[in-house]
Amino acid sequence: MVELVQAWLQRPNFIVFVILFLWGVYIMAAHPNLVKKLIGLYIVQTSAIFFLVAFSAKDGATVPIILADSGAVDATLYANPLPHVLTVTAIVVQVATLGVSLALVSGIYRKFGSLDEEEILERVE
Amino acid sequence: MTFEFPLLVLLIMTAAGAIVVKDLISAVFILGSYSFALALVWALLGAVDVAFVEAVVGAGLATVFFLLTLFRMAEKDTQIRRPPVPWIAFVALPLLAILLLYGAGDLPAFGDPLSPASTHISPEYLENSVEQTRTPNTVTAVLMDYRALDTLVETIVIFTAGIACALILRRGT
Repeated sequence: MVELVQAWLQRPNFIVFVILFLWGVYIMAAHPNLVKKLIGLYIVQTSAIFFLVAFSAKDGATVPIILADSGAVDATLYANPLPHVLTVTAIVVQVATLGVSLALVSGIYRKFGSLDEEEILERVE
Repeated sequence: MTFEFPLLVLLIMTAAGAIVVKDLISAVFILGSYSFALALVWALLGAVDVAFVEAVVGAGLATVFFLLTLFRMAEKDTQIRRPPVPWIAFVALPLLAILLLYGAGDLPAFGDPLSPASTHISPEYLENSVEQTRTPNTVTAVLMDYRALDTLVETIVIFTAGIACALILRRGT
């Protein structure tokens, strides 16, 4: 048990990821307002990206940009570039899907005149 | 490491603000500051490309999308009530948190240069990319040279999203 708590305290990034992820999931599931649900979705997506990027860091390493005249490259001196590549594309796709869902919310508002889930359900019936 | 803890606290505070605030336009602005705090954390972790993209696309473009949606709405709809918290949230969320943190014991240490993620294929890219692609930035080399086809398909995804937005927002149908 003590070892497990020590393992958590060595990983503040992971604790922040867990808090943001679960809070976002809760807001997505429980809040009746559609825009608040999208804010929760955004927080869940960014927390997952945050978790991936946290694994790319190495102690004593710098940004993965290699100077041309440095000769043979020591890989432990540069941060791992692969999570960066994955997450750069993920952020852009995330904002694209956010745009589509905001367009849907806008269409719903135009048709039913409300952002509240329960009011919309009443007006649908 | 010195600057990381205050930034992580700032991250949680701004996320809490975006979730708790009752005025939607204020919540969206706080979400923009959350994105910017996230970009600062990533720049500290050595992921400068991700930090640029988050600052431009996350803090900038996403905030603009939210505001464009909210500016069309009446004021009574952007001032919202706060719903009561259902009792199951007090049981289910701590259980899920304990499950996730229990799994954290098996993760490699953060910042370990010999963790599995950093030893398999990524040293190959770091050691050979300058010679093979003549690009000093390894992230650009992987994105535009080794994985250029994936990036092409990603732009198709964004194109599809743009078409979907245009079709949904078209008036008079």
